[in-house]
Amino acid sequence: MTEFAAQSATWGVVLTLLAFGLGTWIKNRTGKAILNPLLLGSIFVMVFLQVAKIPYEAYKASALPVSYLLLPATVSLAIPLYEQWELLKKNTLAILGGILAGVVTSLGSIWVVSVILSLTYTQYVTLLPKSVTTAIGMDVAAELGGMGALTGAVIVLTGIVGNLAAQGICSLFHITQPMAKGVAIGTAAHAVGTAKALEMGEVEGAMSGLAIAVAGLLTAILAPVFAGLPL
Amino acid sequence: MKYIFQFARILGFCLAGEALHALVPLPIPGGVWGLVLLLLALKTGLVKLEQVKQTGHFLVGIMPLLFVPAAVGVMELGPELMEMLLPVAMALIPITILVMGVSGKVTEFLAKRTGGKHSD
Repeated sequence: MTEFAAQSATWGVVLTLLAFGLGTWIKNRTGKAILNPLLLGSIFVMVFLQVAKIPYEAYKASALPVSYLLLPATVSLAIPLYEQWELLKKNTLAILGGILAGVVTSLGSIWVVSVILSLTYTQYVTLLPKSVTTAIGMDVAAELGGMGALTGAVIVLTGIVGNLAAQGICSLFHITQPMAKGVAIGTAAHAVGTAKALEMGEVEGAMSGLAIAVAGLLTAILAPVFAGLPL
Repeated sequence: MKYIFQFARILGFCLAGEALHALVPLPIPGGVWGLVLLLLALKTGLVKLEQVKQTGHFLVGIMPLLFVPAAVGVMELGPELMEMLLPVAMALIPITILVMGVSGKVTEFLAKRTGGKHSD
């Protein structure tokens, strides 16, 4: 099995698609938010690797075409942004203000937690970009001297938490405007949260997609400033 | 062929983004540069929406799937995550709730203040 896994360049992609497909099927059959395709699919892959005794590195290498598409997918976020330009233009201040408030809250509260728990600089900058899409967040953490891989893990987990809790959080805070819901979800939980926003509606989905890009940009600009704060 | 050409255009912006990342001494990743460049190209008419639309929507639509390999990587980082269990747990739950709440409330508040021309 391990020998085959090392030779085949396709199995990682096939395994990823099968696991995600099975996750999607279960999600659609049950309709439960907790049964998220990304969460389920990832667990299926983990279980398969454990059972078949295949090291993660071998899977990662074979599934590289999947991860590779994250870069063109991130660049493509410009398209929904462009398509929602009119709605964006009419509400520029509200949308940018909401995203900026979310980004500053995220960076600021990570700083506060890091000070309280007396984390090291490396640990602090590893957590700092945890709300934004991995493509941006992992790079920002690495640029600042954090542990990029760990940042990636925390980002993915943040997305899953945001995806699962989005409906609940919007009710808790009495957020009722579709535009505000989308901005909130994309700012706090990037692309994984956006999958939930797309289910909620077209405006929610587009605004969430827009927030991924803007929050990512603002984080790339502001994270180095926050990284300079004393711990 | 249409989809291949669309994909090629998007990849062109990825490449330009990577080049800017290498040239500009700012911690802005290539993906963000590429996004900004594509948006500028669309706004200025250099690239027409139809020239990137289907492939772009497809890529954005499958984003959750693209995170699977990274999410599986969490498995490898078990010991590191356990070492930072408390800060990671704080970052994951209360901070995510707070960020989502603050950004949604601020958006709603500002939209109402500025005339509430939001689209329902």
